[in-house]
Amino acid sequence: MTYDISIDGKNYRLDLNREDSRWSCRLDGNEVEVDAVLARPDVLSLRIGNKAYEVKCERVAGERHLWVGSARFAAEVRDPRSLRGRVRAVDDYGPKKLTAPMPGKIVRVLVSQGDEVEAGAGVLVVEAMKMQNEIKSPKKGTIQKILVSGGAAVNAGDVLAIVE
Amino acid sequence: MFKKILIANRGEIAVRVIRACHEMGIAAVAVYSDVDRASLHVRKADEAYPIGAPAASESYLNIQKILDVAARSRADAIHPGYGFLSENAKFARACVDAGVKFIGPTAAAMDAMGSKTRARQAMEQAGVPFVPGTSHGLESYEQAEQVAARIGYPVMLKAAAGGGGKGMRLVHAPEELKSALEGARSEAERSFGDSEVYVEKAILNPRHIEMQVLADEHGNTVYLGERECSLQRRHQKVVEEAPSPVVDPEMRQKMGEVAVRVAQAAGYTNAGTVEFLVDQQKNFYFLEMNTRLQVEHPVTELITGLDLVHLQIRVAAGERLPFTQDEVMIRGHAIECRIYAEDPDNNYFPSPGKITLLLLPSGPGIRRDSGMYEGWTVPMDYDPLLAKLIGYGTDREQAISRLTRALNEYFVGGIKTNISLFRRILSDPDFRAAKIDTGFLDRLLKQKQAETPSDPNAIEVAVIAAGIFAVLGSAAAGSGERLTNGNANSRPNAASNWKIAAHKEATR
Repeated sequence: MTYDISIDGKNYRLDLNREDSRWSCRLDGNEVEVDAVLARPDVLSLRIGNKAYEVKCERVAGERHLWVGSARFAAEVRDPRSLRGRVRAVDDYGPKKLTAPMPGKIVRVLVSQGDEVEAGAGVLVVEAMKMQNEIKSPKKGTIQKILVSGGAAVNAGDVLAIVE
Repeated sequence: MFKKILIANRGEIAVRVIRACHEMGIAAVAVYSDVDRASLHVRKADEAYPIGAPAASESYLNIQKILDVAARSRADAIHPGYGFLSENAKFARACVDAGVKFIGPTAAAMDAMGSKTRARQAMEQAGVPFVPGTSHGLESYEQAEQVAARIGYPVMLKAAAGGGGKGMRLVHAPEELKSALEGARSEAERSFGDSEVYVEKAILNPRHIEMQVLADEHGNTVYLGERECSLQRRHQKVVEEAPSPVVDPEMRQKMGEVAVRVAQAAGYTNAGTVEFLVDQQKNFYFLEMNTRLQVEHPVTELITGLDLVHLQIRVAAGERLPFTQDEVMIRGHAIECRIYAEDPDNNYFPSPGKITLLLLPSGPGIRRDSGMYEGWTVPMDYDPLLAKLIGYGTDREQAISRLTRALNEYFVGGIKTNISLFRRILSDPDFRAAKIDTGFLDRLLKQKQAETPSDPNAIEVAVIAAGIFAVLGSAAAGSGERLTNGNANSRPNAASNWKIAAHKEATR
């Protein structure tokens, strides 16, 4: 099994061959012998040489974070044989969506449609768990659209406004 | 003794009180709002009753609904926990009228202490030292301006009904006063239904040290040592410890005696806490009295060997304090970390959601008071406190090392928590040297986070583990994977190929 794995923007090629709990790995050309036991779902006990590691896998919204001790790594795993493995270019231009970072309630809308805003200017205030959180504009531009009004309940990820 | 106690609260404190009930052979009645059906306190209770909509005013703050449940369940006492109705004199009075014992002080004592302005008036008479300012609510902006000018900036605006840092504003200069007053008033109105705000001189970077008191209904009042609560963010306590590293036996006795005087002046019964500000010269000023069990009560329990909830219940049942002041011994050192559902990478904003993976610390000197479990979805409607992790040792150093070790064992997956913050705090040289004040945490958070000297192989280990998890596939996945089609988790800007693949897998 071969994977392209990117962690924190860096790419690694990993070949894996499994025999029970023993895995012969080739990481960017280097041979590594690993003894792996799935202690419980999302928790691997690894022995690499004689060093022991407990690795936790955190899966939220399809993203995968691996925790080695208290260090967290965002991992993207691709199968190089799959066409889906191509990375899409990210478009930094054009309209930017402001989304709710958490489920909550819109307390205030601080701008009107058509307003000019600076990068970092407050656009809306969302309240959750008795805390108010100001949603700021990610860029300098014009408020193209406001999709919510004061008092509205929102879910994490809901689009609240668009800045162009 | 009571046969059945209703716990008018939720989360870790409800679980804490239920446990005490069971230890004492008392049946425990839980109440829950619509979003708390699956909460831990409902699972632990002997009986559970729904009390309505998630908004606290419709459920946990609704006096009538809670008294209805008390009647239906034939509970003979109500424990209010902290927050919600715990310091509501109207509720205490309604309990008396309904013939059910309120486990806490009388309504009269709460009236005297529950309002910070009235407490100041009472303390003026009892000759207790307190911070200069007004002992009455501010009537107008002009009055605020005058008083602030008289006592000198910086000043602190505070909600009379306040607690937990809500309705509080630090004002450095006259031009900030107006918006701060409006902000404090509206926040006080929102949080407590009472917009009364007063002003006092701000003591910059003081220590916040509080004294636990306990009084029975036969005129006996004792103090149970102090707690150092200087580590705060947005006036919300984050780490508490007992004893305070700066309080020696002589100062403890002085503060304790003042605290007892405060309690007696108010005719106080049951458990309460007298808060003091302590300046750099170790002068202490009365700040307020909290007429409830505190979040941080476990650190006092560990160093005194007492169970405060047991004692609350016994005192409320009319028993005498089973010990005298001379018998109260302080032994060892305890430190508490408040584990909140907050995102350290997003300015510690609340992070509700489903807990997909939970690994728990244990071992010597570790106590965990928790309201969460794996698979539970943290609702967005309440305070984000999930659990309290308390480390105990023969001295402060050992308490810190045990707590640090336990934090490394603790893992909460699926939501963001502030666990990493405690690693930073506990390894900070100033914290280790006990050089702490209420400005400590803000200063720490302004510093760039030092690169943790993690295992140099950690990245390689992560790469290998990512590959092995991919090979093992969904067989190795916990409860998180199947969550991906919920719209609460959809993040349109973050669509990755990995997510698409996971989604396909989840909907297959």
